[in-house]
Amino acid sequence: MSTLAYDGTAMLGRQLRRIRHNPGLLILTQTMPITMLLFFGYVFGSALAMPGEEYRAFLVPGLLVATAANGIMTGMFQAAQDSHRGVTDRFRTLPMSRAAVPLGQAAADLVVTAAGTVPLLLVGLAVGWRIEGSALEAAGAVGLLLLFRFATTWIGILLGLASRSEEAAGQLGGATFILPLLSNAYIPTDNLPGWLRTAAEWNPISAVTTALRDLFGNAPVPADGAWPVTHPVAGSLAWCAVLIAVFLPLAVRRYALGASPTR
Amino acid sequence: MRYGRHMTTTYAVLSEGLEKRFGEVRALQGLDLAVAEGRVCGVLGPNGAGKTTAVRLLTTLLRPDAGSARVAGHDLVREPAAVRGAIGVTGQYASVDGDLTGRENLRLFAKLHRMRGPTGRTRADELLDRFGLTEAADRPTSTYSGGMRRRLDLAASLVTRPAVLFLDEPTTGLDPHSRNQIWETVRALKSEGTTVLLTTQYLEEADQLADDIVLVDHGRTAHTGSPAELKALIGSCAEVVVAHPDAMSGAAAVLDQLTGSEPAFDEERRAVGVVTTDPTLTLPRLVRELDAAGVPLLDASLRPPTLEDVFLRLTDRKELVT
Ligand SMILES: Nc1ncnc2c1ncn2[C@@H]1O[C@H](COP(=O)(O)OP(=O)(O)OP(=O)(O)O)[C@@H](O)[C@H]1O
Ligand SMILES: [Mg+2]
Repeated sequence: MSTLAYDGTAMLGRQLRRIRHNPGLLILTQTMPITMLLFFGYVFGSALAMPGEEYRAFLVPGLLVATAANGIMTGMFQAAQDSHRGVTDRFRTLPMSRAAVPLGQAAADLVVTAAGTVPLLLVGLAVGWRIEGSALEAAGAVGLLLLFRFATTWIGILLGLASRSEEAAGQLGGATFILPLLSNAYIPTDNLPGWLRTAAEWNPISAVTTALRDLFGNAPVPADGAWPVTHPVAGSLAWCAVLIAVFLPLAVRRYALGASPTR
Repeated sequence: MRYGRHMTTTYAVLSEGLEKRFGEVRALQGLDLAVAEGRVCGVLGPNGAGKTTAVRLLTTLLRPDAGSARVAGHDLVREPAAVRGAIGVTGQYASVDGDLTGRENLRLFAKLHRMRGPTGRTRADELLDRFGLTEAADRPTSTYSGGMRRRLDLAASLVTRPAVLFLDEPTTGLDPHSRNQIWETVRALKSEGTTVLLTTQYLEEADQLADDIVLVDHGRTAHTGSPAELKALIGSCAEVVVAHPDAMSGAAAVLDQLTGSEPAFDEERRAVGVVTTDPTLTLPRLVRELDAAGVPLLDASLRPPTLEDVFLRLTDRKELVT
């Protein structure tokens, strides 16, 4: 276990250095939601029944969670990059813990996400979003957000390790932008047709978004709907637990098996 | 150190019947290798022979489907961690982190080898210096030339002194200067007692560096021996060039009769070649016999074989070497 901690820390350091040398993807994934907040908040907001300020306050938690869900994309991209550039092969021939490489990646991602969320929160505050609940609840919201990010990163790492090429990973990763569209992150789900509403409410993004709105005090928990949305905190924790329990071991195993092609 | 014992020699790499398939492709179908401790073994084979697959199996990157192997005295499948502790690997394709600088890469690998703090930093600097990378040390390796990346890759395999070093085509694509640098490194490592297994497509490289050569073809060990033994096995190469294409079959008939081995043709040069172990076949006799048979000779030669000849002969390829 101390091997894992030592090697994991080394890999965390490596990942942070990489991001520092190459911050493009990080900057893109963190400025995108700010652009979306301004665009959706002022352009779409004017066409919705909800008053603009109220919609922007509704939107901030949604964008936080949608950005966290980008963990699939970044996790996939970084893992694919590594395995197709051969550096993973070198790690596999070193006398080090095998779980350390993906774990270091997930840990670094968490550090970077935590820091990268601050600008979005600041812009949110500037456009009228507020923390209406207690400090403890707000801390809980942030914790939940990071836990969700951690969970989605493992989906990404598994997909990235399994991908045929960096390009394939990039394309599939890009497609994940539709996931928050099928949730309550940007719009309330009440008025969606029945089956679509059910699908959107079972999207983990909806549970976490609802939990954040509840914990930040931005919107009440819906009275009716699917279980994860009517019990958002428990629903979010359950979703994260399931995702981590499934994808973390699969990704670690996939890494250890090392099925990357020779070229 | 004493590894897998076999008679009186100790072997740093010993494999028996290694097999690996990728779907329909049988990349390895029974590879036997025995590399004595402290020696340089050259694994020679054409594209697709299975060299890289062999290296990936022996360095624990892939699991064999059948067969067994011991590396540095440890069983490949049962003790992969112990194997990893004893080896250094430079794969055919670059395996350093392109987003990190050369120095950061080496420091990271030193850290992962449990060299903490200043020890690791000093080691990284030493290696940068040894491989002429000090000036480029603080640039991301993605900006390195192919040769620089290759040298960094080799440096990364030498962070600790491995007991067994695997080099998969270490000089492919390098200019003569970088190639010589890598050859010198291999020689220096050998003199320090490191066992080296290197794959190559260059016969000259195997001839220069290897104590033992293993010819691999279609995933099998086709032949094993020292460069001299392999050359002796074939004998000499006789080649004649005739005046017009019609005379080639006549020349071939004479050569066949003289040596009893199957001639090879190079239509373009109107050349016919054959190999022989017969010491009584001298150049004057060769010329006399051909002349007596009325073959219009333009040129005739009898020379000791190059490894290229050995290679083409023993791996069942009939083209003539030029
Ligand atoms: N991951 C893989 N999936 C499918 N086939 C593979 C894989 N790796 C190797 N092969 C096949 O196995 C055979 C042996 O390949 P290998 O790379 O070991 O050859 P090699 O001797 O290293 O060739 P080269 O000189 O071109 O590097 C080839 O036919 C190759 O196409
Ligand atoms: Mg190869």
